[in-house]
Amino acid sequence: MSGWQALDQFLRTDPRDVGCEQAMEMLDIYVDAVVKEGTGATERRHPGVAAHLRACGPCGEDFAGLLAAVTGTVS
Amino acid sequence: MSLAESTAAGKVTSRGPLDEESREWLRCLSGTGRDGRGTAEREQALARLHDLLLRAARAELRRRSRPAGVEGRERDDLAHQAADDALLAITGKLDRFRGDSRFTTWAYKFVIFEVSAKLGRHYWRNPPAQAGDDAWERIPDRFGADPAQHAESRELAGVLRRAVTEVLSDRQRRVFVAIIVDGVPLDALAAELGSTRNALYKTMFDARRKIRAHLVAHGYLDDEEPGMS
Repeated sequence: MSGWQALDQFLRTDPRDVGCEQAMEMLDIYVDAVVKEGTGATERRHPGVAAHLRACGPCGEDFAGLLAAVTGTVS
Repeated sequence: MSLAESTAAGKVTSRGPLDEESREWLRCLSGTGRDGRGTAEREQALARLHDLLLRAARAELRRRSRPAGVEGRERDDLAHQAADDALLAITGKLDRFRGDSRFTTWAYKFVIFEVSAKLGRHYWRNPPAQAGDDAWERIPDRFGADPAQHAESRELAGVLRRAVTEVLSDRQRRVFVAIIVDGVPLDALAAELGSTRNALYKTMFDARRKIRAHLVAHGYLDDEEPGMS
């Protein structure tokens, strides 16, 4: 990927992005849906949360951590 | 249900049908056991929940320990603090659990958030050295660009730096430089500025839009959506 493509990707914003507050409010529901229905179906049902988790590093980390906790990788 | 509807529904206090495990957690934690055993059951449930939260906190801190730079006893202390604070928050908000997720998923969410917040504050105990002027030239690498393209990176860094100077407000510039140039984690910056992750994300969201519009207007970036050309 060229630098300009990478910069463009970083600067592009998704109008569906709901922001941290709403995404974190929904995170437990979203994670249970991912476990039960899979990532694709959950992203289609909650596109605003999915867009946010793709764009926001800290919320993406929280999502990964919560998913790990509920799927039993907590040891 | 759309996200907006889901979020609006979050203000409703009524609780839907619960799965059996969640119902049992709530019954025990609210101390409504039969035959006067409620108090003992509640104490046992609190201990079990704390154990789950502590294990989750330890696992999450292990997962994040390398980038966060927290090891050994300090990490375990943070895990205990996160579990203690999460348990306190959960017991104080039991009436807000609506059963939209499993109880344990809802509860784990609190401890994951506590870990994030504590790591954000912990960052300032031993922050890395201040980034130098060459930090701007390393920005393309951070976005995943090919590091071999030095000339392109220098041009891009210069254009981006001018855009940041010319189009962003003072607040947007401060947040953008701290996160993108200096590499300060968003939660750490929120702790430093007395702000919130959500507020700083919105600041960055607006900054990204303004910079992109500026670069499109000056012919550096294409206005088309990817795959539309």
